[in-house]
Amino acid sequence: MKLTLRVWRQRNADADGAMSTYEVDDISADMSFLEMLDTLNEELILKGEDPVAFDHDCREGICGACSLVINGDAHGPERTTSCQLHMRSFEDGDTIDIEPWRASAFPVVKDLVVDRSAFDRIIQAGGYVTAPTGAAPEAHATPVPKPDADFAFEHAECIGCGACVAACPNGAAMLFTSAKINHLNVLPQGAPERETRVLDMVAQMDEEGFGGCTLAGECATACPKGIPLVSITGMNKEWLRATRKAGKR
Amino acid sequence: MTAEFAEYTTGEPVVDTKAPGGPVGERWDTRRFEAKLVNPANRRKHTVIVVGTGLAGGSAGATLAEQGYHVVQFCYQDSPRRAHSIAAQGGINAAKNYRNDGDSIHRLFYDTVKGGDFRARESNVHRLAQISVEIIDQCVAQGVPFAREYGGLLDTRSFGGVQVSRTFYARGQTGQQLLLGAYQALSRQIAAGNIEMHPRTEMLDLIVVDGRARGIVARDLITGKIDTYYADAVVLASGGYGNVFYLSTNAMNSNATAIWRAHRRGAYFANPCFTQIHPTCIPRTGEHQSKLTLMSESLRNDGRIWVPKAKGDNRPANEIPEAERDYYLERIYPSFGNLVPRDIASRAAKNVCDEGRGVGPGGQGVYLDFADAIGRMGRGAVEAKYGNLFDMYQRITDEDPYEVPMRIYPAVHYTMGGLWVDYDLQTTVPGLFAIGEANFSDHGANRLGASALMQGLADGYFVLPSTINDYLARNPHHEKVDDEHPVVQEVLADTEDRLRLLLAVDGDRTPDSFHRELGELMWEFCGMARTDSGLRKALERIPQIREEFWRRIKVPGTGEEFNQSLEKANRIVDYLELAELMCLDALHRDESCGGHFREESQTPDGEAERRDEEFSYAAAWEFTETGEAPVLHKEDLVFEYVHPTQRSYA
Amino acid sequence: MTRTMWDSSVGKKTVMAASGLIMLGYLVVHMLGNLKIFFGSDEFNHYAHWLRTIGEPFLHYEWALWIIRVVLVAAVVAHAVSAYQLSRRDIRARPTKYVHKKPRASYATRTMRWGGIILGLFIVWHILDLTTGTVHPGGFQHGHPYQNVIDTFSTWYGNVIYIVAMLALGLHVRHGFWSAAQTLGVGSRTRDRAFKTIANVLALVLTAGFIAVPVGVMTGVVS
Repeated sequence: MKLTLRVWRQRNADADGAMSTYEVDDISADMSFLEMLDTLNEELILKGEDPVAFDHDCREGICGACSLVINGDAHGPERTTSCQLHMRSFEDGDTIDIEPWRASAFPVVKDLVVDRSAFDRIIQAGGYVTAPTGAAPEAHATPVPKPDADFAFEHAECIGCGACVAACPNGAAMLFTSAKINHLNVLPQGAPERETRVLDMVAQMDEEGFGGCTLAGECATACPKGIPLVSITGMNKEWLRATRKAGKR
Repeated sequence: MTAEFAEYTTGEPVVDTKAPGGPVGERWDTRRFEAKLVNPANRRKHTVIVVGTGLAGGSAGATLAEQGYHVVQFCYQDSPRRAHSIAAQGGINAAKNYRNDGDSIHRLFYDTVKGGDFRARESNVHRLAQISVEIIDQCVAQGVPFAREYGGLLDTRSFGGVQVSRTFYARGQTGQQLLLGAYQALSRQIAAGNIEMHPRTEMLDLIVVDGRARGIVARDLITGKIDTYYADAVVLASGGYGNVFYLSTNAMNSNATAIWRAHRRGAYFANPCFTQIHPTCIPRTGEHQSKLTLMSESLRNDGRIWVPKAKGDNRPANEIPEAERDYYLERIYPSFGNLVPRDIASRAAKNVCDEGRGVGPGGQGVYLDFADAIGRMGRGAVEAKYGNLFDMYQRITDEDPYEVPMRIYPAVHYTMGGLWVDYDLQTTVPGLFAIGEANFSDHGANRLGASALMQGLADGYFVLPSTINDYLARNPHHEKVDDEHPVVQEVLADTEDRLRLLLAVDGDRTPDSFHRELGELMWEFCGMARTDSGLRKALERIPQIREEFWRRIKVPGTGEEFNQSLEKANRIVDYLELAELMCLDALHRDESCGGHFREESQTPDGEAERRDEEFSYAAAWEFTETGEAPVLHKEDLVFEYVHPTQRSYA
Repeated sequence: MTRTMWDSSVGKKTVMAASGLIMLGYLVVHMLGNLKIFFGSDEFNHYAHWLRTIGEPFLHYEWALWIIRVVLVAAVVAHAVSAYQLSRRDIRARPTKYVHKKPRASYATRTMRWGGIILGLFIVWHILDLTTGTVHPGGFQHGHPYQNVIDTFSTWYGNVIYIVAMLALGLHVRHGFWSAAQTLGVGSRTRDRAFKTIANVLALVLTAGFIAVPVGVMTGVVS
């Protein structure tokens, strides 16, 4: 098929950017979206032009590197990652707009590549269990009820891609942050740091300049791993609980 | 040309001086006791560089920092959480014997040595089996959400043709969950200021001063700035080199530059031809294919593999009557059937496709059929067991595996070879350590399912943090090295010249076009089945591609900016050299073992035939010059506990 | 604890939820009281007078009313200030819009912010109209709310302002009530449907109940 692409081009973080238009031909429906971009880049290189920069790595939907807003949707029209989106979701003659994640906490590095280190700093603020190597008790010492283990897993599935932030009208990182808090706070291993974790991570999230939650629900719709919106409710509950407890101390 | 590189010489044998003697079960304790320790108060004064943040690198960085060392860590990804360990699906083995099904450390040790087709070191493998139990404890303490049973205890499953149920898992995302555990431990140390983390920074060379690893040269991928970093020891945890084949299940940016540059600076490269081809991947759909996706091996538990009996039978699968189907694995291996080990299943698929009986576009695929399973268990049960895999398959291929059989084909998945390391995981360059898939150590010629995660975490959490002490304690005060040092000047100049040259050629071929060409060559001649003549052909062709590369490569842009084409081209430079060594290693190893199948060396019924009298050694290669014959150093493998036998699955 | 509340985006949201619920509770009572207008001027005016005598003899005349007013003003201010500050943060967090516009994108956010502003302006008008009488059409009479209401809804603009504001209120309550449940952490997968239903019912009943009065005046049922 033949497609018209309008792609955000921006030389570096300080430069101004704009949409540029490209035509690509002979696109197979079996190609992944990123393979379609590979095809464009091969042509650009041979023409001596700068290929379009975009983040990608595993191309199987798990590393969370790919991050394209396609026709206004984070990761495009299907509920999956950009790398697992295939061209059969488009039609011959379509015009496709491709933009980077937009949020002031995710500044553009180049073209479609953004800096998501804010997510790392949120995890650094408390998204862990303090369990130095060697200090662990026998794994079966503490049974974890299966529903809790399953609940933890569902939230631990987050791949940190940032689609939630990109889709949120407020550029909020609530879904990302809540996923980690819910994952660790439900487990007995995460209990000792339950309060500090939520307070510190939420504080760091604010510090990074992410917006607040208006429960628009766009994050959960965009999430390729299906982290539910109630995850945020769970975080709010944890936060209020921690604030109450901190007030009593 | 061929002759030149293939005319390798054999040097002194290489000996692992660190593994203690005595009963195999006591060696790790002995080694830890004999190792010198660094006073906790002094650790902060020691800097350790760790390259890579996967299971091995992430766990090592976190643990070293917890011990008090100053860690400087690198990854090319934008976040340490994205290392490719994240894509591992199946699980992690541990000899916990929670099932009371006869498992033990000794059995895991035995299975791993045998599964590796007797090309791994007994001391290392035994240590791995011992540590496996501690890994599970550690990960549970970190909050890794392993699958559990209703009683709240950990669930396990059997995996990869092993008779015990020792694989712990977190649905189909075990690698992700273990990696996030390590990443979180790493994050804690970064926040504490014990780790200086450099994401989007790629190691381009190793600095060796007075015979010791003292630092690395790395490029900031955003600004393009090339910088030097110094340390008392350098740890490479940069993963495997499967991307030499262009198409593999590795991440797009996984690369061999760190280990290859270390090899060029003196670290021996062991068993480079040992690559694992995974039998159940989704076949390629065309020229545009950029990578391959694995489908979990567990599918073979219920799916039946077949191809049409007749060549070029183009009918849709459902229209081919039962009598005209060849369930070739069940036919050739009646007792194991569809559950034969990875290497055997892969080779059989290749054979039927070579006969012209392959299915799907290009005839590079075989059917994995669930019709019987659906008939027997009901669609609901199949969905419960494999639903997520079926969905993934459907998303990629747009075919419904509940209605039509899946198509699968083998793909490069893992590399058992890597930098040669001793029992302490130290390479032949003092102060340079290699852990995880980057080293060659524990899997021999074939890795068992669910053992890669185990090895990465064993190396990172437990082995390296114990053994590196010994090196640091024995080599306390190095003279200071800085950018003015002549060695550093030379290494820096090398790197800068290489990048400058890549940008200056301004030819007419893209980096990907060379990578694809090299990959196809390697897949054909150094893939699932290898022959003397094929390997010689490849050895003749690789230098030609290399020469053409340096004449016709086109890299747009400059080196002082974010330039993904430059990153790619620079990695290909190293693939073009490593590929040659892989072919030479495969050529010299005139036997079949594990993932390395030489057509000349097979039993009358077409099975791999090992030749222990000649090849019971690890081949460690020493670099000389680009395109010039390397020197082979053999490490003899001695089997005191597990006696080599020919594998048979018929 | 107070500082944590006010400094955090989650805390500020909690303030909004709590103040919103206070106002919501008031509105339900207010709406029910309004309906007394359908029982004639005596009963309505008597009810209005009673409001000033609540709590007597323990409380002085109108004290209860003033306490309610103070609480309400505090709630309105807290609600508005946190909304303003949170909105500022949200806009700063997403300064660049996507070139490719999606119509569905921010229904809730848009209606909440604009709805909030409309309701804020309405409250000012409403107080000036029917509490202080400053902008009341045709001679405001203290102690005769029945007549005052009829005067207001005898003008076209009185009806328009009121009905528009009540529709905005319905939308605001619809998303706001459910949001408050999430913010206060009481929502869950199993309770989600219940909260959404309650929110819809509240929104519908409040809007219908309030609008009944101008409709009653317009149709002559109340005169």
